[in-house]
Amino acid sequence: MCLGIPGEIVELMDDRPDLAKVDVSGVRRAINIGLLENEKLEPGDWVLIHVGFALSKIDEDEAKAALDFLEGIGQAYADELAALADSKIE
Amino acid sequence: MTSQHQQYQELSREEQVLARIEKARARKAKLKEERITLSHGSGGKATQTLIEAVFLEAFSNPLLAPLEDGAVLEAHGGRLAFTCDSYVVSPLFFPGGDIGDLAVNGTVNDLAVSGARPLWLSAGFILEEGFPVADLERIVASMAAAAERAGVQVVTGDTKVVQRGKADGCYVNTAGVGVIERPGELGVATARPGDAVIVSGPIGEHGITIMLARGELDIESEVSSDTAPLNGLVERLLDAAPGVRGLRDATRGGVATICNEVARAAGVAVVVDEDAVPVRPDVRGACELLGIDPLYVACEGRLVAVVDGDQVDAALGALRSHPLGEGAAVIGRVRDDPPGLVLLKTSFGGTRIVDLLVGDPLPRIC
Amino acid sequence: MRFVDEFRDAEKAQALAAQIAALCEPGRQYKFMEVCGGHTHTIYKHGLEDYLPESITLVHGPGCPVCVIPMGRVDDAIFIARQPDVILTSFGDMMRVPGSHGAFFDATAQGADIRMVYSPLDSLKIARQNPDRRVVFMAIGFETTAPSSAMTVLRAKAEGLENFSIFCNHVTIIPAIKAILDSPDLRLDGFIGPGHVSTVIGCRPYEFIAGDYGKPLVCAGFEPLDLLQSIYMLMLQLKEGRSEVENQYSRVVPWDGNPKALQVINEVMELRPYFEWRGLGFISHSALRVRESYAAFDAERQFLVPGVRVADPKACQCGEVLKGVLKPWECKVFGTACTPETPIGTCMVSPEGACAAYYNFGRFTRERVKEATRT
Repeated sequence: MCLGIPGEIVELMDDRPDLAKVDVSGVRRAINIGLLENEKLEPGDWVLIHVGFALSKIDEDEAKAALDFLEGIGQAYADELAALADSKIE
Repeated sequence: MTSQHQQYQELSREEQVLARIEKARARKAKLKEERITLSHGSGGKATQTLIEAVFLEAFSNPLLAPLEDGAVLEAHGGRLAFTCDSYVVSPLFFPGGDIGDLAVNGTVNDLAVSGARPLWLSAGFILEEGFPVADLERIVASMAAAAERAGVQVVTGDTKVVQRGKADGCYVNTAGVGVIERPGELGVATARPGDAVIVSGPIGEHGITIMLARGELDIESEVSSDTAPLNGLVERLLDAAPGVRGLRDATRGGVATICNEVARAAGVAVVVDEDAVPVRPDVRGACELLGIDPLYVACEGRLVAVVDGDQVDAALGALRSHPLGEGAAVIGRVRDDPPGLVLLKTSFGGTRIVDLLVGDPLPRIC
Repeated sequence: MRFVDEFRDAEKAQALAAQIAALCEPGRQYKFMEVCGGHTHTIYKHGLEDYLPESITLVHGPGCPVCVIPMGRVDDAIFIARQPDVILTSFGDMMRVPGSHGAFFDATAQGADIRMVYSPLDSLKIARQNPDRRVVFMAIGFETTAPSSAMTVLRAKAEGLENFSIFCNHVTIIPAIKAILDSPDLRLDGFIGPGHVSTVIGCRPYEFIAGDYGKPLVCAGFEPLDLLQSIYMLMLQLKEGRSEVENQYSRVVPWDGNPKALQVINEVMELRPYFEWRGLGFISHSALRVRESYAAFDAERQFLVPGVRVADPKACQCGEVLKGVLKPWECKVFGTACTPETPIGTCMVSPEGACAAYYNFGRFTRERVKEATRT
């Protein structure tokens, strides 16, 4: 029920401003973008899709920040492991 | 009480509950429903319960008991394999094939995975009043082409017509007979720790194709059904790797159901590596969109083989040398404990169980 | 898959797990509740608990909108489905939920026309294609899904459809969390906050939890790394003596929510004075119903539903599981009388229910499978 999945807007419909076509890993579906009418969505934007509606526009900067944080943690961990491997306790 | 002691107590309590549940699951299944529901046709738990409680009860005999894809029969100094299947797919025509292709390939495959050379098929049709003859001709043409491709003949048949509204266009039943020329028995019940579980290619294509072809979901995609005759592939596999314990045609219920059948029949654990399971990106996308696990989605041109651990390379080599087996991969291993369970090592690195489904996310897919 | 695969990376999981473990004070136990059923599902589906130290326990909360629907409402829906010319449409998750005389599933076997849909818009399509039938959509879900139901009603009105209505069973998340906070049985250190509900209501509504009750809350995404990061953020708050609302899912959740979504909910629906939640009893102002101005689209007004209150079966302990007081396997009937095949309660039948998640994904002890899953 909480199922929300990211999809990329690939096409807007001229005759229906409340609809757009999204692509999820090569599969396409028309969804309703009426809940994001203030976002001025364009092809290339990513949205969160839930039961046929776009609920939120994915903020790519925030996504990058989240991944950078995870990279950072990953790097710190890798560094520590490397340091552990290198250190010798006499 | 220290927290460590508490945790130990808790562990035992949980273990106790789990043991009680395993005992309950091992008990003979009882059919509680008074009416047939769609779950009974899904290939999962409800189907199993129906088979055990109704069909096995009435027909009980040692030839039926193994419940493999085909029955192995001794006759006149040789062995035959005999199988049957009904096809109720909706829609009748879909990307990659139609009900006719399924009807021939499905039965050919059940014979092939029984270790037989498929030879003769029957074809029974139940047609709805008003069904277009042109559609019937199309279906039959597919069947003829599929039969030729597989090297089998349709040698007998039957046709019935029912009133408008009663058969949803066309239902097909095919039974098949093949000869078993190789020595030895095939059966997943002989799986043992150390064996590998191999799938012959990417999974879930047929089920997703059907679901999308129904048109209710307005999803566009390039996915098409993988329906194909696997007898040639099986021959190549068995020639190269005599250590194949058992083979299954991965249809309703998908690869997950087969792994469960192996685990239960042989009393072993099957550990599947999620990263190793081949899935096309668009099948995966459709599954994510719909909230379905590709492990349970039907295929119609894939086999699952349980192979002696020492013969994995030979088996993979043989499969990959054949056009229908190019994407073959080892997806899991057999272990001895916990028996009867299928475990999944997730891409994320965690562990979970893969159980039989109760209902069916995709009704009427084959 | 973009925005998905990156958040399922096993190596980063190990790094996060190490950081989480480093924040654990020796001898202290930590209990966090994940409110949302979708999170419960992710935890089990990906085997997330393998990455957590023994001292951290995740308690499953009541955020499963299917789980909290009382049996009486299922009976009401089946009553509607049985009316002449009705097509009842529903999400798949509802099909097996038991009412007093069976689930939707059993009703279809007895002749009712109940169809599974992926979106409420699909029911609208069915209504257009069947002008001589009355199409009812079983609307369930928290605030995540309510805007979609509301938009669908607005669309139906715009098209002048006269054969479409919704049976509104939408519930709201804050009263459920408050019921947990006020429950004497539970001692929690913090909350993993709902992800998708928050895209609609934003993060502000949770501020009272951190402020008045002193419990940190982190709004979390649904990929396993999102959850691990959220647990890390909670542990950091505890370590630093903070109690705040934080947004881990910031790539999707705007702090102020989605004003348009809130506006359409408010246009079409209003809060009921009270509503019965399975296992939690009657909670005031915790559910939505269709407004008078949209009566033509309200199935409860269009059909005279019996509205009988049905008590849960005696054996059912769903309430305690929903509140996190009992673990699924601690319920007396778990796995024996109550299984996914023969469910007694909703926790076992909903794909997001804690019991279903544990039974289908987590029904093993770590020690025993360590040997089997060793590579």
